[in-house]
Amino acid sequence: MAAPIAIHLEFGGGAELLFGSVKEHHVTLPNQSAPWDMKQLLVWIRGNMLKERPELFVQGDTVRPGILVLINDADWELMGELEYELQDKDNVVFISTLHGG
Amino acid sequence: MCQVDEEYNGQLDHRVTPRVSKKCVKCKENTTVLIIRAGDAFCRGCFKEYFIHKFRAMLGKNRVIFPGEKVLLAVSGGPASSSMLSQVQEGLSRDAPKKLRFVPGIIYIDEGGASGQSMEERKRAVAQLESVFRATNYHYHIVHLEQVLSLPSSVLEAGSSATEKPQTGLSYKAAVDHFIQTRKNQNQHPDFSVENAQSHLSSLSMQEVQNGVTSPITPEQTQALQRLFASVRTLTAKEDLLHTLRQHLILHTARTQAYTKVMMGDSCSRLAIKLLSNISLGRGASLATDTGFSDPRYGDVVIVRPMRDYSSKEIAYYNRMFDIPSVFIPGLDSKAQDKASIQRLTESFVTKLQTDFPSTVSTIYRTSEKLHTACPPQNTNTQLSAKCLLCVCALDTKLEEFSAYQATLISEQLSQRRGPGPECTPGTAAAPGSPPASSAGQGHSSGEGQSQGCETGEGDCCSSKEPETVDLKSLLCYSCRLTIKDMTALDALPQYILSEAERRRRSQMREEISDFLLDEEEDEAIPRVNGSL
Repeated sequence: MAAPIAIHLEFGGGAELLFGSVKEHHVTLPNQSAPWDMKQLLVWIRGNMLKERPELFVQGDTVRPGILVLINDADWELMGELEYELQDKDNVVFISTLHGG
Repeated sequence: MCQVDEEYNGQLDHRVTPRVSKKCVKCKENTTVLIIRAGDAFCRGCFKEYFIHKFRAMLGKNRVIFPGEKVLLAVSGGPASSSMLSQVQEGLSRDAPKKLRFVPGIIYIDEGGASGQSMEERKRAVAQLESVFRATNYHYHIVHLEQVLSLPSSVLEAGSSATEKPQTGLSYKAAVDHFIQTRKNQNQHPDFSVENAQSHLSSLSMQEVQNGVTSPITPEQTQALQRLFASVRTLTAKEDLLHTLRQHLILHTARTQAYTKVMMGDSCSRLAIKLLSNISLGRGASLATDTGFSDPRYGDVVIVRPMRDYSSKEIAYYNRMFDIPSVFIPGLDSKAQDKASIQRLTESFVTKLQTDFPSTVSTIYRTSEKLHTACPPQNTNTQLSAKCLLCVCALDTKLEEFSAYQATLISEQLSQRRGPGPECTPGTAAAPGSPPASSAGQGHSSGEGQSQGCETGEGDCCSSKEPETVDLKSLLCYSCRLTIKDMTALDALPQYILSEAERRRRSQMREEISDFLLDEEEDEAIPRVNGSL
């Protein structure tokens, strides 16, 4: 896609601790030739937003086990997990179900 | 198969993203929003029904909550307990015969003192939760963990199960019918209409707010609490101790406010993790009560776990989709590493396994359902001394011949460096591991039967610290002993634990020497008893 994509990110269940205790973020993903997918989004979050302890959020290619991802209020497993292509104004929610965030 | 870095090259496909049809499996009409278990996709409406139904089915299947009972809901602010609170609200609000019928109260325990939060953070969290509780119109109690330092020692006594319990008289069904009858009669008197009762209750809770929040805590109390937790070396033991103290506080509140049941919000995933980590902690003997639906160990107050059928995923989705307020409060193990404690390690193990093998948690859950206690839990014959001091489960450290526990003790003895013993006689130094057992009155084949009285007496006058450790250990179950072992300063324990331990040791000793006691007036017997002071 040529145009930058505006995404609304939310963190819950303790995951916000890793992002400065801020639950909601509006981000704009920069231009790039290929469409953005979830895998690239995670890499982008890890590089630009995670303040500390990346291993508590991302594990390898995907999110850490125990963190649920909702895309537009639907389970990301139904959307294709990491292969889902982001659209403009999408809402992505990360909820941690682990004890210690 | 059991290597650390194993490669399943080509043998095992990574879990294929399930290609489910986009229609809900239940109503087959609406689009799906959620996958539960291994491939059941639900739409929003069907999921809500499924969720609500599970809660009521769980309560209905295990008929332990009788109509009109006072039930205390233990809410930690986390997703599972907030969800439980909303389910209770939902269940109590329905009209018609199918609605739940009990009187709820809420308790929240502020653990900020133990997890190192500042007063402002704690106040903020409490304020957020208070607004949630007020919206429910139930009584609520906000208790600070510091209050554990001023609990009475009677909290450690197992109460007898309430004698007026309907179980002995009416059966469950009869109790429900009886309740409906009395309500019908009451409805004829406008004074006792449901609305009045509700407003009466809410006005009470307004008054109780001052009582509900209980007395403000002093910095000295917070410091004493922090000292207690700082004296515990490992995070595992800290979490265990925190859990124990929390249980005591909840129990005390339930008893003083006349609640007969306590509902805890442990979800299926949490209970699976708890099951495995309890085995690692040495609590295998009490697995059934720790993870089962009802926990009768306290006698008069029964702990139930109605959320034990819900996975964390279901709870998180439900809270998100239907806007259930929950407050995240960082605890002792927030942002801790995977290997920081046994509980944490088990959690990461189970969660990771769950992603690749989605039936992990449900398998563990089903296994735990099959566990039952061998003997009836309410043993009126069991004396008080046969229960662990801290966790009030049956003592499993009776030293029998050829038991696994004896083997552990022998290994411990053998692996300790045997330097010159402490100031005590060689008799005591020769058996560092077994004084707890022998002084527990087993009169075992360790050959020190005769000198038992002298032994403890001499041990007591030697050093003032030794008897404390010895005394506590003999009153604890195996895993509580391990927790205590990790503590450097036993006197930091709350007063009620120490005084109850003292009392039990005295009564144990009295039993031991009861044969030797002559008459009450005889002076010879008294020095022996006084030797322990």
